[in-house]
Amino acid sequence: MKQPVYLDYNATAPVRRQVVEAVAEALRVTGNASSVHAFGREARRVIEGGRAAVAELVGGQGGAVIFTSGGTEANNLALRGFGGHRVIVSAGEHDSVLQAAPDAERLPLGTDGRIDLAALERLLEVERGPVLASIMAANNETGVRQPVAEAARLVHQFGGILHCDAVQAAGKVAFSMRDAEVDLLSLSAHKIGGPQGVGALILRADLEPTPLLVGGGQERYRRAGTENLPGIAGFAVAAELARRELDRYAELARLRDEIERRLKAEVPELRIYGDEAPRLPNTACFGLPGLKAETQVMALDLEGIAVSAGAACSSGKVRPSHVLRAMGASEAEASSAIRVSLGWDSQEAEVERFLEVWLKHYRRSRAAA
Amino acid sequence: MSSEATARPTYLDYQATTPTDARVVEAMLPFLKEKFGNPHSVHHFYGREAEEAVETARAQVAALIGAEPREIVFTSGATESNNLAIKGAARFAKERKDHVVTLTSEHKCVLECVRRLESEGFRTTILPVESDGLVDLGRLEAALDEKTVLVSIMAANNEIGVLQPVAEIGRLCRERGVLFHSDAAQAVGKVPLDVNAMTIDLLSISGHKFYGPMGIGALYVRRRPRVRLIPEMDGGGQERGFRSGTVPAPLAVGLGEACRFAREEREGEARRLTEYRESFFQRVSGALEGVVLNGHRGSRLPGNLNLSFRGVDAERLIDALPQLAVSTGSACTSAEVEPSYVLSALGMEAARSRSALRIGFGRQTTPEEVSRAAELIVAAVRRLREEGPRAAE
Repeated sequence: MKQPVYLDYNATAPVRRQVVEAVAEALRVTGNASSVHAFGREARRVIEGGRAAVAELVGGQGGAVIFTSGGTEANNLALRGFGGHRVIVSAGEHDSVLQAAPDAERLPLGTDGRIDLAALERLLEVERGPVLASIMAANNETGVRQPVAEAARLVHQFGGILHCDAVQAAGKVAFSMRDAEVDLLSLSAHKIGGPQGVGALILRADLEPTPLLVGGGQERYRRAGTENLPGIAGFAVAAELARRELDRYAELARLRDEIERRLKAEVPELRIYGDEAPRLPNTACFGLPGLKAETQVMALDLEGIAVSAGAACSSGKVRPSHVLRAMGASEAEASSAIRVSLGWDSQEAEVERFLEVWLKHYRRSRAAA
Repeated sequence: MSSEATARPTYLDYQATTPTDARVVEAMLPFLKEKFGNPHSVHHFYGREAEEAVETARAQVAALIGAEPREIVFTSGATESNNLAIKGAARFAKERKDHVVTLTSEHKCVLECVRRLESEGFRTTILPVESDGLVDLGRLEAALDEKTVLVSIMAANNEIGVLQPVAEIGRLCRERGVLFHSDAAQAVGKVPLDVNAMTIDLLSISGHKFYGPMGIGALYVRRRPRVRLIPEMDGGGQERGFRSGTVPAPLAVGLGEACRFAREEREGEARRLTEYRESFFQRVSGALEGVVLNGHRGSRLPGNLNLSFRGVDAERLIDALPQLAVSTGSACTSAEVEPSYVLSALGMEAARSRSALRIGFGRQTTPEEVSRAAELIVAAVRRLREEGPRAAE
């Protein structure tokens, strides 16, 4: 059997070896009854160290770090935590932002996947109370990066606050909360090589969101529940590694561009989503009408290649992506797009395998049609 | 190294958290290593592998409480489960019903949820408990009205270990058409629970309270008759829309395994811990005057004791016992020096509640540790009593 090829890093990344060690160590420490109590005293150190490491990855030093169960909870806490605010979100936000604020006003995307700052300004000029805007740093499906700093400046001019879902951007590109003047920022550990089940909301120290989960006084009454210590220990290590290896991550663009160049050479009518905009170095999202995303993904899966047809969520059904639709793709176009996302372990040979299998599938479908 | 290891205190705080079972850790590790997939990425091998493991875990959780797998919703822990159950059920019913009932001795998180509902316009009844910690069923029945949506009563108390009569409460709630939620964070894996026999509609589970990992829990949500909830978190629509967010596969696997071991080993373990509890209590109360058991004598968790030592301040007692890891009560509030609200709820005067110590035995406790702990406590109490009252009178 051929070596499986994992090209779905935006769905989840392999857990970094040093992270596995940290999590396993924490599990074993809490696994020993005679040390649980000592660990109770160490817990503060682990948690506070974790806050610092996670904040440093995104220039969030000086802010408050609230550990959550993941990116979805962080987004929900941010979007639901400021009752009385008028909420504005971009149309390309992750479902956990869109669904957390179903009544939010939606800022459209251009065909390149970017928000239109002038449109944001027009929305802000309408005076209807304090604004909470949510603009993601980079999109999970296309990798398109938003002009977060510019958006933040505008939002602040009008006295609002800006939340940024940085779940996909963190660890893949340099991003600083402080430089971009972001007020609230969401992170997920398992997208950066940390464990599943832990994330964070980092916020300006003077902001007080209404808690989502109430109970004990953990996280300074902002998030009740016993802290996931092994998860936080792993998150900290992953954040530290990601920060140190940011430069190496940028090199993935070479592999990604090679994929796109080769596909485009053989299939000139292929649409590559977001390639005119600044993007994450690891993400390629493309399609052409008539070649169903689901059959592409299945054909690749049969050959042991893992890619995705959009966001991994509930049903396993492939719905036409709201992100691509917002970029002007027709329903047929949107349901023919797949996403290839690379990561630190991605090899040139894996990219070659992907290209070979995808092109074979493409030619066969062409011949059949 | 080894001298430091032997110097570690004996852990007798199993109601705060339990050590993660080594077998649970072993089962989790592959899902942190090669089987790292996102369980919702069902279009490829990695995702399906994780998904399969999550579904196996779901079945294991369900089996422990007599539920169907699709009635199990994975959460980040019992706090989230309680929030989802209580706020979710009440908010869903808001148009028709506006009243929730709970007890003064519930976990802080249940009380906070109820308080939140109150601020949203719900009527709330927080019933007192008897001096033994048990709910008075007549009083509960009288509190229900036609607009009561939910009763939330814990299966076992985290401080005094008292087991509430959940089967009777379930029957009463069903008769009156009221949803019954039970916070079973302390009870799961330690006492038998069957959601059908006990007509429980919603039941909260915590991984780290019975040898599973931290960061995961579950909520049982009855399907027949169907219980509807407004979710706490929206997004990808995972967990049948009840709880969005990636289900953490390694943690779910750990919780599932913890449930499997609990199912296989619960009876023997309960028998053993009951013996420890009884022998400890007899030794201590035989050797000392003025030892009072807080909470019902028989209807309590196998491994739990909550004892007041007359004339002795519990904080001082803990300081005098560096060899033991024991506590005065709930871990969430143990940093605050105020009398336990649970003990106050039993109608206890402040001096008695200030002298109360919570002792929890568990899976790794040995008979030697039990007798040594009894000796140490007896000696420390005698010493403190000789020193005379300082803080306590």
